[in-house]
Amino acid sequence: MIRAAEPLADRGLDWIRGGEEAEIVLSSRVRVARNLQGFPFPGRAGVEDRAEVVQRIRAAADHAESLDGGFFWEVDSLDPVDREILVERHLISRDLLAARRGPSSAALVLAEGCSCGVMVNEEDHLRLQALVGGLALDSAWRQVDRLDEEIGALLPMAYHHQFGFLTACPTNVGTGLRASVLIHIPSLVLTKEISKVLEGISQVGLTYRGLYGEGSEVVGNFFQISNQTTLGKTEEDLIDHLGRVTGKVIEYERRARSVLLTEAPSVLEDKVWRAYGILRTARSLGLEEMMNLLSGVRLGVSLKLLKSPRVETLNEILVRGQVAHLERAAGARLSEPEADVCRATYVRDKLAEDERDAGQAPADGSSDTTVVDRPPSGG
Amino acid sequence: MLCDDCGEKEAEVHLTSIEAEEMRSVHLCLSCADGRGISSDTEGIDTEKPPLVDFLEQLGSPGPKTPMPESSEPCPFCGTSAADFRRAGRVGCSQCYVHFETQIRGLLRRIHGSSQHAGKLYLSEASDITDRLGQISSMRRRMKRAIETEDFETAAELRDRIHDMETQA
Repeated sequence: MIRAAEPLADRGLDWIRGGEEAEIVLSSRVRVARNLQGFPFPGRAGVEDRAEVVQRIRAAADHAESLDGGFFWEVDSLDPVDREILVERHLISRDLLAARRGPSSAALVLAEGCSCGVMVNEEDHLRLQALVGGLALDSAWRQVDRLDEEIGALLPMAYHHQFGFLTACPTNVGTGLRASVLIHIPSLVLTKEISKVLEGISQVGLTYRGLYGEGSEVVGNFFQISNQTTLGKTEEDLIDHLGRVTGKVIEYERRARSVLLTEAPSVLEDKVWRAYGILRTARSLGLEEMMNLLSGVRLGVSLKLLKSPRVETLNEILVRGQVAHLERAAGARLSEPEADVCRATYVRDKLAEDERDAGQAPADGSSDTTVVDRPPSGG
Repeated sequence: MLCDDCGEKEAEVHLTSIEAEEMRSVHLCLSCADGRGISSDTEGIDTEKPPLVDFLEQLGSPGPKTPMPESSEPCPFCGTSAADFRRAGRVGCSQCYVHFETQIRGLLRRIHGSSQHAGKLYLSEASDITDRLGQISSMRRRMKRAIETEDFETAAELRDRIHDMETQA
C-alpha cells in the first residue's frame, strides 16, 4: 500500500549520500516514459481523463511491490513551497507543475527509502524514474525496469509492434528511456578542454545540459549528460553506452586535474581556498554564486586540498541551499535578498559543522584557535 | 530579476551568447529589448518554441519529392491534426502513431536513425506467438545481464517467468 498526503520531509534525498565516483559524478538517473492504452496523452486529455489516469495509476501503485510503503501526492494539494521543493529535488519537473489543471490532474508516487518513483500526467501518463548517488546507472535502471514490469502487468500500456512504447513526443518513443548522469568537471572547464569533450559527447549520440534539465544553463561546472535517442537500441545498450562515455569523461577530468596540479598548483589552491573562504564567511550568497563556489570547494575536497567538508555535505548544500528549501527552513516566503542572507547563514553553519568533525582549522577566524592550518603546498 | 539596461523593470527577455569562449547572459525588460531591436517574437530568441518544431515545419512544406501524406484528416481518436502535430511537436494519443504512421516513420528515422524498436517487448492480450517468442528472447537477454551484474534475485525471477511462458507457448 502507498500512503497519501504525508509530509514531504526529506524524502527523495537518498542520492546525496553518494556512491561510486561520487566526487565527480553526483547522481545517476534513469527514467522511462509510458502511456496507458485507451486514453489520450496528457496534453490532449480533458480534466476527467486526466483524473481517471491518476486514479488508475494510484490503484496500480498500491499493488506494485517496488512502491510498497511508499507515498502519493497530488501536486495540486501540495502547498506552493512543497511543489518547488519537489522541483529542487529533481523529483518532479517544471513541466509537471505547468501541466496540472486543477485537482487530480498531476501526481507523484515515491517509493520508501529510495528515490524511485512515478511522475503522473506530465507530458506522458507515466514517467517511471530512479535517482541514485554516484555513478550507478545499472542500479537505477534495475529499479526502473522492475517498477515498469510491475506497473505494466497491472495497467495496459500504449505499445506499437514496430515503434515500441508510444510517447507524446516522438523523441522519446521506443524504449522511452532517458538515462543521465550529473557530472562535475571543473578542470576540463579550467583547462578549456571542455568544448572538445562536449563536441565528442554530441558526436556519439549523447547530449548535455545544465543542472535543471532541458534548456537550463550550465552553472558551477555541473553538466547533465544523457542519451539523445531512444529507438533502435536496447535499454541495456543505451545505458552501457552512457556509462562508458561517462567513464571516459571522468578519465579526462582526472587527467586535467593532474595537469592543473603540476602546472599551476598555487593558482588551483588559491581558487579552492578562496571559494571555501567565501562560502565559510559570506553574509549574503546568491544561488549561482553558491553553485560556482561549491564547485571550487568540491574540486578542493576531491584533490584533498581541503580536509572538510564531506562530499555528502556538498551535495546536501546543493539541494538545501535552494530557495524553496530555505523557505521551508525559515517557515516563510523569502524575497531574493532575504533568501541570499538565509543561504549564507545555512552554508556557514553547515560548513562549520563539518569543520568541527574533520578537525580542520576554521577559515572564518571565528574561533580562538590561533594556529591556522596551512594548506598542503602541492609542489 | 531586473533589466540589465534600465534596472527598473522586470527582465523578460533572456539572451545568452558565446563570444570568444566566454558565455554572456543579458537580461532585458520588454521595452529595453525593443530598444535594442529585439522582440520576443524575433526568430532565434524564441526559446518557448518546442523541440522538433523547425523539423516538423520542414516536413510540412510539401516539395516535389515529399508528397503531403495521405492523412489530412485529424486523428479519429483524439482529434489531433497534422497541423497540431507540426505546431506542438507532440502527438495526442497512441492512435496518432497509426493515423500518421507514414510521416512518423520518416520522422523517427531522422531523429533516432531507426524506426524499429529493439528494446523491451510488451505483451498485451492482442499479442501473437511471434510477440511471445520475441518476449522470451528479450527476457533471456535480461536474465543473462542480471547474472553478469550479480543481480541473482532478478535473474531467478526472469528464469521462472521464461519457464512459465515457454510452457504456455
